[in-house]
Amino acid sequence: MNIDELYQTIILDHYREKHHAGLRDPYDVQVHHVNPSCGDELTLRVDLDGSAIRDVSYEGVGCSISQASTSVMTDLVIGQGVEHAMGLYDDFLEMMQSKGEIAPDEDRFEDAIAFAGVSKFPARVKCALLSWSALRDAVGQASDKES
Amino acid sequence: MVFTKNASEALNLAANTLGAALKPGDEVVISVMEHHSNIVPWQLVCQRTGATLRWFDITDEGRLDLEAAERDHLINERTKIVSLTSVSNVLGTHNPVTDIARQAHAVGARMVVDASQSVPHRITDVSTLGADMVCFTGHKMCGPTGIGVLWGRHDLLETLPPFLGGGEMIEIVEMAASTFAPPPYRFEAGTPPIAQAAGLGAAVDYLNGIGMDAISAHEQYLTAHALDKLTSIEGLRVLGPTEAVDRGSAISFNLADVHPHDVMQVLDSRGVAIRGGHHCARPLHRRLGVQSSTRASSYLYTTTSEIDALADALVFTRNYFAPKFNQG
Repeated sequence: MNIDELYQTIILDHYREKHHAGLRDPYDVQVHHVNPSCGDELTLRVDLDGSAIRDVSYEGVGCSISQASTSVMTDLVIGQGVEHAMGLYDDFLEMMQSKGEIAPDEDRFEDAIAFAGVSKFPARVKCALLSWSALRDAVGQASDKES
Repeated sequence: MVFTKNASEALNLAANTLGAALKPGDEVVISVMEHHSNIVPWQLVCQRTGATLRWFDITDEGRLDLEAAERDHLINERTKIVSLTSVSNVLGTHNPVTDIARQAHAVGARMVVDASQSVPHRITDVSTLGADMVCFTGHKMCGPTGIGVLWGRHDLLETLPPFLGGGEMIEIVEMAASTFAPPPYRFEAGTPPIAQAAGLGAAVDYLNGIGMDAISAHEQYLTAHALDKLTSIEGLRVLGPTEAVDRGSAISFNLADVHPHDVMQVLDSRGVAIRGGHHCARPLHRRLGVQSSTRASSYLYTTTSEIDALADALVFTRNYFAPKFNQG
């Protein structure tokens, strides 16, 4: 298998220069997610403004795939509605579980299209999903608080 | 010799039988460089009995900090059990288990040695090692999975309660109570791993045929070569002793700014199989200030050209992720 399919330039660029990194105030909910099999860890904060995501901030340790996925995810969801973000989560999860069968919509997924290649490497799928799972957890808790 | 299903079960057997008499105020001593299988069973038995778990720290070079242990009276009159690995599965460090066994015995404590990383690699003589119990596993010495061994001094095993109950380990069973078979059968409940024991026997014959001396000498040569190669790579940090003195062939390292799982993936694509992660030694990695590491392990079949391929692939990996190394 060609590793350039896994490590696309978009992924390496996000890994080297992460967007929206660091933990910021204010926030509604903070969650801590881990991948026990590899030890990757992520602390993620979500700040909601009604039904919109005002900010997502984070700090974590992990491989290039998990770090880049977090960076790309924040680009996609900050400033968006909760419903839109959770729709993206569902579609991203489906793509990651497709073993490369699902070609993502570039207009909708932007830089996240790079992870279609990762879905062909079963051992690395959980790396790409860590931040999205943390986001869903945090947004769910924050929405419960608001209502 | 008691057959178990792996070294973890052997260590659980040690913890549960030796630990049965522990009480609050007693102490069990392990080290921060242990595999989880020589940490968690002792945590469980200490939680159950109220005994206190203590541990050796390591030096920056990755050896047991014997001076700190002496200063802190780590092994003292409250110590009942000392359980240490003979060789770290991450750092490669050889531990002075015979000296420590002497200290343990001087205060009346029992000495358990996790020899999973040494039995496959060099001559093991339980008559001079000083240990009361020695554990190892089949799959790390060319044998099958599903079999491990606990060796124990017969006079000690005779005094210990059973671990698992069932068929084979009994003498007479009444509805209200039972009596138990002598060792080793007392500790081998149920149908034994017969096929695995035969497979382990074949592996032992194979290794003895080559000669454990020849295997140690080969590994010593390879370890020196590998350390030489790896320490000359800019941006690579070896965890553990960087000289081939009192250390085994497992070498763990990190490449600056490249996560071990990425190192592993790129090396795999170049035909080099290594392991990334915390190698079942999370406390050790925390002590070393790293989340995880990459580990190359050599054995009797490893060649110097394979080590060279590893070193070349590591340089490629470093440059792939960190363009600064590519600028001439």
